[in-house]
Amino acid sequence: MLKILKYSFFDLMRSSWSYVYFAFYLLLGIVLLFLNNDLSKAVITLMNVIIVLVPLIGTIFGVMYYYNSKEFTELLLAQPLKRSSIFLGQYLGVAISLSMSLILGLGLPFIAYGLFKSSAIWDFSLLLIVGVFLTFIFSALAFNIALSHENKIKGFGYAILMWLFLAIIYDGLFLMSLILFEDYPLDKVSLIGTMLNPIDLSRTLILLKLDISALLGYTGAVFKQFFGTSFGLIVSFLALTIWVGLPVLRIIFKSNKKDF
Amino acid sequence: MVEITDLYKKFGKNDVLNGINLSIKEGGIFAVLGPNGSGKTTIIKSILGMVIPDSGSIKVFDTNIKNDSNYRHKIDYLPQIANFPSNLKVNELIKMIKDLRGNTIADQNLIETFKLKPFLNKKLGTLSGGTKQKVNIVLTFMFNSPIIILDEPTTGLDPISLIRLKELIKNEKAKGKTILITSHIMSFVEEVADNIVFILEGKIYFKGSISELKTLTKQQNFEHAIANILTENHA
Repeated sequence: MLKILKYSFFDLMRSSWSYVYFAFYLLLGIVLLFLNNDLSKAVITLMNVIIVLVPLIGTIFGVMYYYNSKEFTELLLAQPLKRSSIFLGQYLGVAISLSMSLILGLGLPFIAYGLFKSSAIWDFSLLLIVGVFLTFIFSALAFNIALSHENKIKGFGYAILMWLFLAIIYDGLFLMSLILFEDYPLDKVSLIGTMLNPIDLSRTLILLKLDISALLGYTGAVFKQFFGTSFGLIVSFLALTIWVGLPVLRIIFKSNKKDF
Repeated sequence: MVEITDLYKKFGKNDVLNGINLSIKEGGIFAVLGPNGSGKTTIIKSILGMVIPDSGSIKVFDTNIKNDSNYRHKIDYLPQIANFPSNLKVNELIKMIKDLRGNTIADQNLIETFKLKPFLNKKLGTLSGGTKQKVNIVLTFMFNSPIIILDEPTTGLDPISLIRLKELIKNEKAKGKTILITSHIMSFVEEVADNIVFILEGKIYFKGSISELKTLTKQQNFEHAIANILTENHA
């Protein structure tokens, strides 16, 4: 698996898209920091960008890489390699190279700004950890979709739909259901609802860490009680880990049954 | 060597293999023949584990290949269409395959034979179909495995390369290897194959030597003999 990972990783590192992605974050970080001059505000703006953009890029890259490396995959399948190591290697190659672009692209301007002397270092690290989780989750989901659809256009369509659902539509449905059932106690339901969407979960996690939960009113207080504690933090990270684990398991399962 | 029993495979509603039983013994060249869509490539891909059969078993060197990948160390495979990652250079690809399968020095000779030196630093995406096929041949023959599977090996080759390929196949046969070939070029099959297997609609219609086929169909010409099986059922 490590050999496949190595080849996929270097293949992606040579592609100009990784640099575009890296340059985008670099620019974003520089602009936010040096034109804003307020570190915690910059972190909040970054959060809003990361929460939406990282899943989108993870999804698109995952699907694109799978379809583009079809020839490479077929070549590998005839070699004495396990199927699971071929696909996991490729998946990790995508996820790690995207995470590298994210961490380096945002990390460099922040370090240049003097992050290590600032109190925002924990907020910033949480932001990066969540960003890495989202990259791993969405590229795994994208690989799943691509594995299940031979047709490129269909695969792309479903992947984008999946992103749209989790990033936007889910929130709308969630909010509507909260309004619809507002006469009932909804604390637990909304907590669970948040857990079931990795994007919502990441957003809540960061917002509460930034101590602006007062903005969220009563629900904010409930959330703070849960996510603010170390128990809540552990449960949230567990939920994010499950969000990585399940799609990865399905990649192994699905790839073992597929014909090429 | 390779034992196939009761192999069935469907793609959607399309029955591709309908109970294939085939036993390939050590040494010699076997040609798998049949019209387009008869299931030749599916059989080959099943042996390689790229296609997973619905039922039936395949044994290579007496081990069931299901959920195994190590047996592929014993097989060299030349795919039908040479699809390579287009942004890789030829020597990078050769190096990569060596890294995955183990080191060999046989590639130098093969590169010399097929005059690939000037292309080593070119990207695979820029090569012509025939040159790609030559790279494909180098990748296949550079490992010294006891089984060689060639799916349409003659595609796109110029006459000189074709002669070299035939020599290469004969040399490998002389080393006692088992070679499995599919081809539509009957003269090529007649020249190199010891035994043929004829497949139609996922079933084996004939298995034996070329002379046996000729006596069975009462035809002098190999091409006519093949056409004869298609029109009259001898199975």
